[in-house]
Amino acid sequence: MKIALIALALAAVSAPALAADPAKDSAAIAPVIAADDSLYQAFGGHDGLVRLVDDFMVILLDDPRTHDFFVAAKQDHIKLMLVEQFCVVLNGGCTYTGKGMKESHAQLGIDRAAFNALVEDLQKAMDKNDVPFHAQNKLLAALAPQHRDIVTN
Amino acid sequence: MKTLIRLLGVAVALVLPAAVHAETPFTYASGKLLLTGGVNTVEGTAGGGLTPWAVIGSYGEKGQFGANVYATDVNTTDYDIRSYGGLVGLDDRLEISWSHQDFDTEAVGAALGLGHGYTIGQDVLGVKVKILGDAVLEQDSWLPQVAAGIQFKKNQNGALVKALGARDDEGTDYYVSATKLFLAKGLLVNGTVRATKANQFGILGFGGIDDDYHYQFEGSVAYLLTRKIAIGAEIRTKPNNLAVAKEDAAFDVFVAYAPVKHISLTLAYADLGNIVTRRQTGLYASLQVGF
Ligand code: HEM
Repeated sequence: MKIALIALALAAVSAPALAADPAKDSAAIAPVIAADDSLYQAFGGHDGLVRLVDDFMVILLDDPRTHDFFVAAKQDHIKLMLVEQFCVVLNGGCTYTGKGMKESHAQLGIDRAAFNALVEDLQKAMDKNDVPFHAQNKLLAALAPQHRDIVTN
Repeated sequence: MKTLIRLLGVAVALVLPAAVHAETPFTYASGKLLLTGGVNTVEGTAGGGLTPWAVIGSYGEKGQFGANVYATDVNTTDYDIRSYGGLVGLDDRLEISWSHQDFDTEAVGAALGLGHGYTIGQDVLGVKVKILGDAVLEQDSWLPQVAAGIQFKKNQNGALVKALGARDDEGTDYYVSATKLFLAKGLLVNGTVRATKANQFGILGFGGIDDDYHYQFEGSVAYLLTRKIAIGAEIRTKPNNLAVAKEDAAFDVFVAYAPVKHISLTLAYADLGNIVTRRQTGLYASLQVGF
C-alpha cells in the first residue's frame, strides 16, 4: 500500500514532464540545449562534427552489434543528417532536413541493447575527437529521449 | 629465421584486426551502459555501497540477463565486516540477489567473553522489481526509475542476538527506491525508504525495545568524473531499538571505478555510527565481477 502511494506521488510530481505528445516525432522537437554556440565549438564546430560523424560511422560498422544495421544503409546520407541534427541540438545554427526519428527507425527492429551500443560507439567517437566529457553528456542527454521513437523491440 | 619473423609479422597483422573486432561470448550480452547497473551493496542488492538503487543489477538489458559476484570488506575501528554474494538481473526488470555477511568482533569478542574473533553471520536473499520509469534514457523527464524490493535476512547467531535484546534472528526488510541520472550534469541521485526491524542491518537481530517496523531513509548522490569513475556519498538511517547499545545512521563517501563492464572496484570511507562499543569508521573496499 505504502509502495503504491509513493509510486503515485512520484508519478504525480513528474507528470508535467511527461506531457510531451508521444505521437509527435522527436526530430521535430529535438531540443536546442545550449544558449550560445560555445557547446557547438566544444565539438569543433562544423568541421569537428563532420570528423566526429566520419569516425562514428567507421566505429558503427566495426561493431558487430551495430554493423548489420548500417552496412547496407545510405551511410553518407545518414552522416550528413547526423551532422545537421547534432548541429541543431548544439545551437550551431543549422536546419535539420532529414526524416523524423520514428519514420527512419520504425522498421529497423532496434532494441535497447542496440540503442545503447550506438551510444557507446558515439562515446568512442567523441573520445577520439577529444570532446570534453561533460560536453559529451550534454549531447547524449539531449538525444537519449529519442529512444522512445527509435527503440521498437 | 628472418623469414620466420616476417611471416609471423604478416600473420599477426592479419589476425590482429580480426581479433580486436572478434565477437566474444559477451558481445550480445551486457547491453547496459557502463556503471548503470550500480554496484553490489553490503546486502547484495544493486545500488551504492550501503543503499539500494532502483536500477536492476548486472549489465543485462531488456531482453537479456546478466549476473555478477562481489566481495566486500569493511574494516572499522573495532570490527571487520566481510560480505560476499552475487545477483542475477533478468530483462532489466527483476533482480535476485544473495549475500552472506560475516561480522568479525575481533578483540571486542574477547572482551565480551565470546572469544577473540567471534563472528556473527547473516544471509540475505533479495528480490527487486522495477516498477516504472527509466533512470538513464528519459533525460527530458524528472520521473525517476522506481523499484520495490524485499530482503529476507537470517542471522546465524540467534542465541547471541536474543541475549542482546533482539526479539528474532530473522526479519524481512521492504524498500522502495527512486533513482535518476541527470546525465547533462553527470549526477545520479537516489532515495530509498525502508521498512525494517533490523538492528545494525540484522547483524544484531530483529526487533528489540519494540517489535515494530521502523521507516528509514537512505540516500545517495554520485557524480561522474569520467565514464569510468564515479564519486559520491551515501547516508542510511537505522532504527535505534536495542536497549543495550545505541545505534546511529551510517555514512560513506566513495569512489567507484569500472575499467570495463566486467569489473568494478569501489573504495569508500565509511562511518557506520556506534556499534555496541563506539563509533565505527574505516575503509570499505569492494570488488565486483560480472556481465
Ligand atoms: C539517439 C540515437 C539516434 C539518432 C540521433 C539517430 C539519427 C539518425 C538520423 C538523423 C538518420 C537519418 C534520417 C534520414 O534518413 O533523413 C538515421 C537513420 C538511420 N539510423 Fe539512426 N539514430 C539513432 C539511433 C539509431 C540506432 C540505435 C540505430 C541502430 C542500431 C540506428 C540505425 C539507423 C539506420 C539503419 C538508418 C538509416 C535508415 C534508412 O535507411 O532510411 N539509428 N538515424
